[in-house]
Amino acid sequence: MGLLSKKDAKLITDPLADNNPITIQVLGICSALAITAELKASIVMAIAVMFVLAIGNVVISLMRNIIPPKIRIIVQLVVVAALVIIVDLILKAYAYELSKTLSVFVGLIITNCIIMGRFEAFALANGPWQSFLDGIGNAVGYGLILIIVGFFRELLGSGTLLGVKVLGDPIEKTGVYAYGYENNGFMLLAPMALIVLGIIIWVQRSRNTALIEEH
Amino acid sequence: MEKRTDSNLYTILFAIVMVIIVGTLLAFSDGALKPTINENKRIEKQQNILYAMGINENEDGDVIFVGKDKIADEFSKYIKKQLVIQGDKIEEDDKAYLIDIKKEQTIGKKDPSKRRLPVFIGEKDGKTIYIVPVRGKGLWDAIWGYVAMDSQMVVQGVYFDHKGETPGLGANIKQRFFMDDFAGEHTMKNGVFKGISAIKGNADPKNEDKTDNEVDALAGATITSSGVSAMLKSELKLYVPYFKNLKTN
Repeated sequence: MGLLSKKDAKLITDPLADNNPITIQVLGICSALAITAELKASIVMAIAVMFVLAIGNVVISLMRNIIPPKIRIIVQLVVVAALVIIVDLILKAYAYELSKTLSVFVGLIITNCIIMGRFEAFALANGPWQSFLDGIGNAVGYGLILIIVGFFRELLGSGTLLGVKVLGDPIEKTGVYAYGYENNGFMLLAPMALIVLGIIIWVQRSRNTALIEEH
Repeated sequence: MEKRTDSNLYTILFAIVMVIIVGTLLAFSDGALKPTINENKRIEKQQNILYAMGINENEDGDVIFVGKDKIADEFSKYIKKQLVIQGDKIEEDDKAYLIDIKKEQTIGKKDPSKRRLPVFIGEKDGKTIYIVPVRGKGLWDAIWGYVAMDSQMVVQGVYFDHKGETPGLGANIKQRFFMDDFAGEHTMKNGVFKGISAIKGNADPKNEDKTDNEVDALAGATITSSGVSAMLKSELKLYVPYFKNLKTN
């Protein structure tokens, strides 16, 4: 196989399913609950995290031999925060509209445990190229779950997808609403994100029983 | 075996060097990008003010502002006058739209007569429209906007924005389906100022009753909706004397 060796390819494909950061490693749950009420926000967050995680992983990996172990968490935090602030400033100057959409996510990225988790678990012990792939792989795995949760919450909660009224108009009573269908407002609240996530974890583990933890 | 990177001296030196490098980097990027960012914010204010009075390029339920390239011309075309009210005196000021409402609110808390209240007077289709800025608190952070009214304080249009409301819930205050509801709504009832409340289950989801001082609240965003009501009530109230004066003159 051409571009990537088998080992490198696994760095990307593993986090998509069998080592998914959200459903298996249980990282990044907080943002998965907070911002998945609509699909667009999920997609934006997924892209933003991919950007920060890939670059941050490379930076930490390059610094891995000089970082004092006693303060490594602080160093990681500084790297993420600096990266995020610089990206935010550049967006505000050259892509103002986009930066307004992102506003709330910027803070969430810094505190997203998936970033610190990957720095700590992978970038500190591996080379920059592997760390870059690991960053991309984990961010895609994370984004995938976010998008699935966002899809169901927006569809069942607001009856829209990416803001388009796919189920008809709830006020004018067109589409499925004409038959007495109602939006489930509960889907928009955080507890339902947890339940949707739980269902995903259930489906995944029942399809691949090797993933079930022994107790 | 003790590694070089384990020693206290190394750790402290590393921390110092890191802080200096990162600090310089951030200060430099902030300084370099600040002018562009401020210009973006200035343009945004003009776009928001025009949006509230109905000058926009909306299509298909999306919020679309007047383009950046022609905003300066459009702003001077539609906004005829900018006034600043401070206590009893009213002055004209071309830069009134740049007044920082947050700062003025802090001043107003200590001494309401010192607070500067901007009013932008626009003209559209021969009708005079008064646009005022509002600012309040949502669930997580600040919310603000502009309210365009006629001389009877009947809302002609609004624009809302927020700093960090929840996407999909409170963040929807800047969506058309919420903002459009305000157009035509009365802020006065029988000559007394009442404001407009975003209320859930008001049995009028299509908002056909424009004189009930109520619009439909956002689902799943009760606190943001109440924040909007509170903001409109407390901020618009300050302008009531000005509008009363308009009638008598």
